[in-house]
Amino acid sequence: MLILHCPYCGVDAEETELHAGGEAHLKRFGPHSSDEDFETYLFARENPKGVHFERWRHANGCGKWFHAARCTATLEVFGTYSAQVTTPPQAIRDAITAKRPGWSWRDVQ
Amino acid sequence: MSQLGAIVTHRNGAHALPRSSKNKKTIQTGFEAPETHMRRYSAFAIAREAARYHSGWERAWASPQPKKKYDVIIVGAGGHGLATAYYLGKNFGITNVAVLEKGWLGGGNTGRNTTIIRSNYLQDASAAIYEKARSLYETMSQDLNYNVMFSPRGLIMLAQTEHEVRGYQRTAHANALQGVATEFITPQKVKDLVPIINISGPRYPVLGGLWQQRGGTARHDAVAWGYARACSDMGMDIIQQCEVTGVRRDGGKVVGVDTSRGAIDCDKLGIVVAGHSGVLADMAGFRLPLESLALQALVSEPIKPCIDVVVMANTVHGYMSQSDKGELVIGGGTDGFNNYTQRGSFHHIEETVRALVETFPMISRLKMLRQWGGIVDMTGDRSPILSKTPVEGIFVNCGWGTGGFKAIPGSGWAMAELMAKGHSPLAEEFGLNRFKEGRFIDESVAAGVAH
Repeated sequence: MLILHCPYCGVDAEETELHAGGEAHLKRFGPHSSDEDFETYLFARENPKGVHFERWRHANGCGKWFHAARCTATLEVFGTYSAQVTTPPQAIRDAITAKRPGWSWRDVQ
Repeated sequence: MSQLGAIVTHRNGAHALPRSSKNKKTIQTGFEAPETHMRRYSAFAIAREAARYHSGWERAWASPQPKKKYDVIIVGAGGHGLATAYYLGKNFGITNVAVLEKGWLGGGNTGRNTTIIRSNYLQDASAAIYEKARSLYETMSQDLNYNVMFSPRGLIMLAQTEHEVRGYQRTAHANALQGVATEFITPQKVKDLVPIINISGPRYPVLGGLWQQRGGTARHDAVAWGYARACSDMGMDIIQQCEVTGVRRDGGKVVGVDTSRGAIDCDKLGIVVAGHSGVLADMAGFRLPLESLALQALVSEPIKPCIDVVVMANTVHGYMSQSDKGELVIGGGTDGFNNYTQRGSFHHIEETVRALVETFPMISRLKMLRQWGGIVDMTGDRSPILSKTPVEGIFVNCGWGTGGFKAIPGSGWAMAELMAKGHSPLAEEFGLNRFKEGRFIDESVAAGVAH
């Protein structure tokens, strides 16, 4: 059972309390953007086998969206963090580096 | 159960057909390759072997060492990869082919699905390729001389909301235009076909169903084994425990792959690896619009025959059929998050079983024997990708998501044509460019179906 710590209400929420929201830190493109950018925003996903950043919602809890850093190859959770950021904070990156030296995700390292 | 009788009749390939002359090539592998062709399975072969203590059965496929170069390399010896190789040889005479598999053949999603075969799709492009596949399943045991235990026992998709009723009536009309034999049936007909069903609720009463009489199941492992045996017989090399670790390019063109058993050159490369498609695409230097998720299935303890059709209940989210061993084969939905571990979340099993217990009350006391997961590759429109790629010579066949098994022969047929000729009518709508052009084949929204 996947358990994520909600950074807002402080609960260690198990999976049935949570709603998965897909890949985190997408750059949004709307009207007047190029076809490539719009396609990339809608469909291109990292889908890594390894370190991944995701959006989750504490749906059956405080209801807030937050971010999580996970490993898709082992289901290990590296940490959760605020939704109010556009890249993973340094503390999360350090936590990942401690366990997965040399990791990268998009242009984040 | 009449279909069980039919299976016994078909077992061991009693229907002998003359061999295609295209198959008459000796196996050119280094590893104890037999000089002659595989021996046909037949009733006569059973009798012959019975008379000599079954000492004469030979290996179904060879285990060769990789050659330095092949015309075509297929990555992934699952159903889709082996079917692609088979139709490359059978339809286009391309037999200098290697199929590389990091594990064992048929050990991925081909051996993990719930074996359902149907073609009752809404969109024309889907109906075309799935119906091609279903029709090829009809004669597969004879074509491959390998009993795949195709059992067209009939399949019902239950309509349990007014929306589903309208959706399936629409699909039945679409299928009539597409030449796919389906009909919308009443709740009473559902009850007649499946006496153990509870059509009166409790949450969602059965309001009707989409019935495909020639839908059903097949033995999933046998599909992979049958194709593997036929490919090996055509002289193709199926190389197991050979993991692709890199894709070598010369400019914008593929020239070969690096593997755990050394570098192998090729002119064309087919990537047919389901859940790991994104990983292979990354090696080749392009991206695919896919996400890999875990999908689970389970079987009950074996019981006497109680349900002789396949029932899918998409509103409550579960589907069930009974295997020839008597186990109830059960599946449900995917997890919501990316996952490569081939194991899923417990609460999805609970959700699936809960849905089926309310649909079939008699199964509530059954013990569940085994549960497992597979990694499915989901596209944005829940339809597959059969396409050229930004790298010349590389083709992908992926994105089958939760519904790949039923498509195996049609997928292989189309992929082989795409790789041999550069285009295929069956694959045309499933190109990668559809995402940029907005030509979605939107089965998930339009038909409201799980695969």
